[in-house]
Amino acid sequence: MSTTATGTAAPRRTAPARRAPRRRRLPLQPIAAILVAALVLGVPFWLVVATASKDQAEALNPNLEAPSEWRLLDNFAAVFSDGRMMSAFFGSLLVMVPAVVGVLVLGSMAAWILGRRGGRLSAAVYALAISGIVLPPAVVTIVLLLRQLGLAGTALGMVGVYMGMYLSTVVFFVTGFVRTIPHELEEAARVDGAGPVRVFVRVILPLLKPVLATATILICLYIWNDVFYALFVIGGRIDTLPLNLYQVASAGLYLQNWHLIFAYIILMSLPLLITFVVAQRRIISGITSGAVK
Amino acid sequence: MSTNLTLAKARPRQQDHPLWFLVPALVVLVVFFFVPTLFNFVYAFTDWSSFKSAINFAGIDNFTSLFSNGTLLNSLKVTLVYAVLVALFQNAFGLGLALLLERDTRVNRAVRVAFFIPVIMSALAVGYIFQALLKPDGALNGILGALTGADVAIPWLGDTTWTIVVVAVVHAWKWMGLSMLIYLAGLKTINEDVLEAARLDGANRWTMFRAIRFPLLAPAVTFNVATALLGSMNGFDIVQATTEGGPGGTTELLNIFIFRTFGQGLFAQATTMSLVLFLLVTILAFPVIRFLRKREDVL
Repeated sequence: MSTTATGTAAPRRTAPARRAPRRRRLPLQPIAAILVAALVLGVPFWLVVATASKDQAEALNPNLEAPSEWRLLDNFAAVFSDGRMMSAFFGSLLVMVPAVVGVLVLGSMAAWILGRRGGRLSAAVYALAISGIVLPPAVVTIVLLLRQLGLAGTALGMVGVYMGMYLSTVVFFVTGFVRTIPHELEEAARVDGAGPVRVFVRVILPLLKPVLATATILICLYIWNDVFYALFVIGGRIDTLPLNLYQVASAGLYLQNWHLIFAYIILMSLPLLITFVVAQRRIISGITSGAVK
Repeated sequence: MSTNLTLAKARPRQQDHPLWFLVPALVVLVVFFFVPTLFNFVYAFTDWSSFKSAINFAGIDNFTSLFSNGTLLNSLKVTLVYAVLVALFQNAFGLGLALLLERDTRVNRAVRVAFFIPVIMSALAVGYIFQALLKPDGALNGILGALTGADVAIPWLGDTTWTIVVVAVVHAWKWMGLSMLIYLAGLKTINEDVLEAARLDGANRWTMFRAIRFPLLAPAVTFNVATALLGSMNGFDIVQATTEGGPGGTTELLNIFIFRTFGQGLFAQATTMSLVLFLLVTILAFPVIRFLRKREDVL
């Protein structure tokens, strides 16, 4: 009895002894972490906020000096009234929301079938469907195709292009998830006489919520910030926030207006930033869950 | 009798998951993804441009002209170098941050969140921020000047040799928060007992990292290297916002070239480069991913 007591006590006694030297180093780590963040993130972010708060003359050459007078809100107001920010904001929503809803619905429908059916056909369809994760979209010929379809420069065309690009991601995520859902849950509904549509809408879709949340975040992130594909498909026809930023920053009119460019950058980053701050725990666990298995 | 039974069981199984559920997704994929990709293989061999209405077959003229004036090889080289540099930097930064912020303290959690902010920002915006930061009379040279006491005017974005490295660092800066999170998640999966055993064997921190922790991070490395390579081979925003492909075409990625030639109305040439990018990714990505996967099995 006494031997077991010392047996359990011994490691406990040695454990603090072993960790002691590390505990002495403890204050170093938080200092290093904060210092790295201040240098690597703090400098660029400060440059943005400080410059966005200056007037045109002071912001002509962006530097790290604090503005002599903080005019951040005035510059926000100027961006709102001069630029086409509001229409660009709604343009971004106009292409993002239907594309995200579309890929989630069509992607989960396909993924349910692909996750449940065996056989060579569904394996081949699955391989084809997820190849888009790796393969780059054919950005030039898609413009030609949209012209032939009469969709060039339209929101519908852009939504189609985004859906074609990101369906692969949804099919990949959701098919893996569907395979973890027990068959019995579907069977129970089927015994009650539910057809496939009902089973999908009532049983499967609610269960997919966590994986669809992750996919939504990822795809919103891509589409909200996309400028490359938007330049080809709807450039000059529909404004989105990144398209507008590109025009603003490359136009002669704004060439020397760093304070307005940075004010614009802050404003356009805010929606995603606020979403992230509110839901960071879920976002981070969602993004990392699939990657390290 | 037994065949009847299996049939009776099998048939509802098929109907329970009807194939028509696949149709809408496949239609969208075919129309908006696979048909344009097939078009790539057709229109790269035509003289399609904005200067005439007819599109004629032109053989391999686009390839020969892009090859002979050097743009094809230059863009290929730049894209490859950029992809490799980004993969290196993004993983080095991400792993470094993950190791620095590994312990679950309040400060570390806050700093991790801060490092994720660039990931959710627009890449174009990040490019403009660094354009301002890296100007010859910009903030970085200002800091260096204050530290050294001399006037520093390094043209970070105007050097034909080193600018591609600088831009790759900016790209890695934007995405290192994502790599960090993946590495943190990978570090969490490592069994505490394995580390304890190594510690009892007298392994120091570096040995433990090199011999145990890094090998066990193989799945995280696979994901991070693959996403960094794919992301940078398809890169556009950051380079367009910082250098627009300059100086002297030394940062002209395939996508920058495609955008520029498309803007000039030379659609067939842009298509040719788009096909080149497609082939490059196909030829590189699949073997790289297979290699990394195999490495996971060995370890």
